[in-house]
This record gives sequence, structure tokens and C-alpha cells, in this order.
Amino acid sequence: MAEERGLATEAAGATAPMAKLLRADAGRVLDRWVELVAGNVRGRITERELRAELAELFDLLVRALDDADGAERGELRAALAEISRGRARQGFSPTETAVGVFALKQAVLEAIEADGAGYAGFVPFSAFVDDLGLVTFETYAAEREQVIVDQAEQLLELSTPVVKLWDGILGVPLVGTLDSARTQVVMESLLQMLVDTGSEFAVIDITGVPAVDTEVAQHLLKTVMAARLMGTDCVISGIRPQIAQTIVGLGIEFGDIVTKATLADALAYTLRRRGVRIEDGD
Amino acid sequence: MDRVPILKIGAVLLVSIQIDLEDQTVLALQEDLADRITRTGARGVIIDITAVDVVDSFIGRMFATIAAMSRLMDAETVVVGMRPAVAITLVELGLSLGGVRTALDLEKGMRLLGVAVPGADGR
Repeated sequence: MAEERGLATEAAGATAPMAKLLRADAGRVLDRWVELVAGNVRGRITERELRAELAELFDLLVRALDDADGAERGELRAALAEISRGRARQGFSPTETAVGVFALKQAVLEAIEADGAGYAGFVPFSAFVDDLGLVTFETYAAEREQVIVDQAEQLLELSTPVVKLWDGILGVPLVGTLDSARTQVVMESLLQMLVDTGSEFAVIDITGVPAVDTEVAQHLLKTVMAARLMGTDCVISGIRPQIAQTIVGLGIEFGDIVTKATLADALAYTLRRRGVRIEDGD
Repeated sequence: MDRVPILKIGAVLLVSIQIDLEDQTVLALQEDLADRITRTGARGVIIDITAVDVVDSFIGRMFATIAAMSRLMDAETVVVGMRPAVAITLVELGLSLGGVRTALDLEKGMRLLGVAVPGADGR
């Protein structure tokens, strides 16, 4: 990557003649460029928007080709990165994003052929555009990475709801693998909800947790301990037969923490503790 | 040095910690409290830590010490109003405060000690 950048920078002086040609042919090259890119993005962006974007880029590009000290190049890179980020957010594929830059080479080549001008200036220009293509791609990849990170965070929030089961009883239905980060979120949101609602009981339901190992058990124990320190009581429910076997097999000690087989049992238990009487309606 | 005030409500002593606790303050509080329990014959001690948002192991041990001390003088200790962040810190420090009773807020703590809460509907 660094070597290729170096190459393009070395060619800075060599691209100046190309700038002259592009200036002379600006209208035609830009038209052809817009046409090529428009065919590629298949109507997801209007031609007018595209033309405005590319015209700005084209202008910056011509100035960058002329310019030896690199200030214009930095501006061009920034503009290009901005467009690539937009493309990544709009769900364009990497090819569609990169072709947006590479199509310029074809547009310029066609202009050179039509003019009958020499190809001598085209090689450094081509290297320059390749370099821009790489910038596009790198920005695109970085932006997608950011989207994935954001989604992972959202998923974390989505997957740890704290619900009110009854007056003074909260429920935490846990679904999916428990790791340290998730447990931390669960612990914090549960404890905060206990304070906010003034609830004295919480039921942590682990029916949806596929496996319980020593680490997960440790996390659960810590949560229950913290809840106890605040003067509330936690019940763990949804211990399936296999999980019960694993827990015993691993020698995990739940101590005096109340555990129940199902959420219903746990709710009935906490209701009783709260002094709510349940009558069978048969 | 700041001293933490100790209030008497019926047979219960109320300690509401509103300041940053220094080790000296903690030691003074323990002394004052032991003194007040014997003088008043209190049956319960409520330590309200709603305003405390930072604890260390020394303060963590203070609760256990006060609880053990009070029990010797036949008074029960309830720690009320612990914030989630404080609870998590104490657990991470490995302090489970065995022997200390806890409650969400002052009202629930008073009820836990069997003290009539003024104006409550008795639920």
C-alpha cells in the first residue's frame, strides 16, 4: 500500500501534462464518466446527484494533477473518502464503489484516442487513479467495519431487556451466549432497574442460554451477589435438565441462591415471597 | 475532620453518609456508633449510603465491622440505598458483606427492622 502511494506521488510532476488535456476536454470526459458510472449504480442515485458529485471530484482531480506539493491531493482524498463512506452506508457493493473511480480511466482513454494524442501521459495518470481507487476501497471497508461494530452494539442492547413481571418483581430473559461484556450490560441494567422501580425481586431466566460453564456461572453469581448487596433477591430460573447435569458435573456451587426449573415456578415463588396469594380457578 | 451524624428514631439509629468517607471518618463513626448503641439501647442500625458513589475495600469492610459490632450489642444492621455501581464494585472486590442485611431504600430498611413507617399503608 505504502509503496504504491509512493509511486503515485513520485509521478506528481509527470501527471501535469495530463491535467492540461483534461482541462481542454473537461466537458466530454466528465459526460462520459457520469455515463459509465450511472450505468453501474443502476438508478440508486439520481443522475443529477451523481453528476454533481463527479464534477466536484473531477475539478479536484484536475487541480491535484497539476499540483506538486500534495495539498490538493489531500483535499481530493478527503472528498473521495466522503463519497465512499456515503456509498458504504447506502449499501453499494465494493465493486460499484471502486468502479466509480476506475471508470474515469476509460473515459480519459477514450478522449485520448479521439484526439489522437499520445499515450505517454496516461501511464502515470493511470497509476494516480489506481491510487485513488485504493483510497476508495480502504474507506469503504473501514465504513463497513464501523457499521458492523454499531450493529453489534445495538444487538447487545436488544438482547438484554429487563421486564416487569409483577409489581416489585423484575424479569431478565437471557437469550444467547453469555460473555463478560454481555453479563456486564445485564448486571448494570438489572441493578439500575431494581433501583428505578424499587423492586425487591428479580428473576433471571436462562432458558435461552445454550450452555452454562464455570465462567457463565461465575457471571450469574456475581449479578446475584450485587443484587443482594442492594437489598434485593434474585431467583435463577430456566435450568434445563442438561444444564443441571453440566452444573453438577462441573462442581459449580450456587450456594443459597434460589433456582427454579421454569420461569412460572420462579414467578410463583417470588409472588409468594411478596405475599401475593394465588388461587386456582378450577 | 468531618463527623457523620447519628440520628435516633425510636429504637433505631440512622446513619446517613453524605460526605466522602476518609479512613479517619470511618474509624470515628465506628466509635461513635458503638457508644450510641450502648447509651440508647438501640435495637437496630440503618446505614444509608444513597449518596455514596465510590467505595474501596476499607469502606466495604466497615459495613461488616459495624454489623458484627452491633450484633454483639444486640442491634441489627441494615445497609440501605446502595447504588448499582457500588454493588458491582464490592462484588468485584470479593466482599459479599455476609451478616449484613440490605434493603433498597430507607423505608424498606425500616420495615425490615420492624419499625413502623410513618404514613405508610402497611403493605
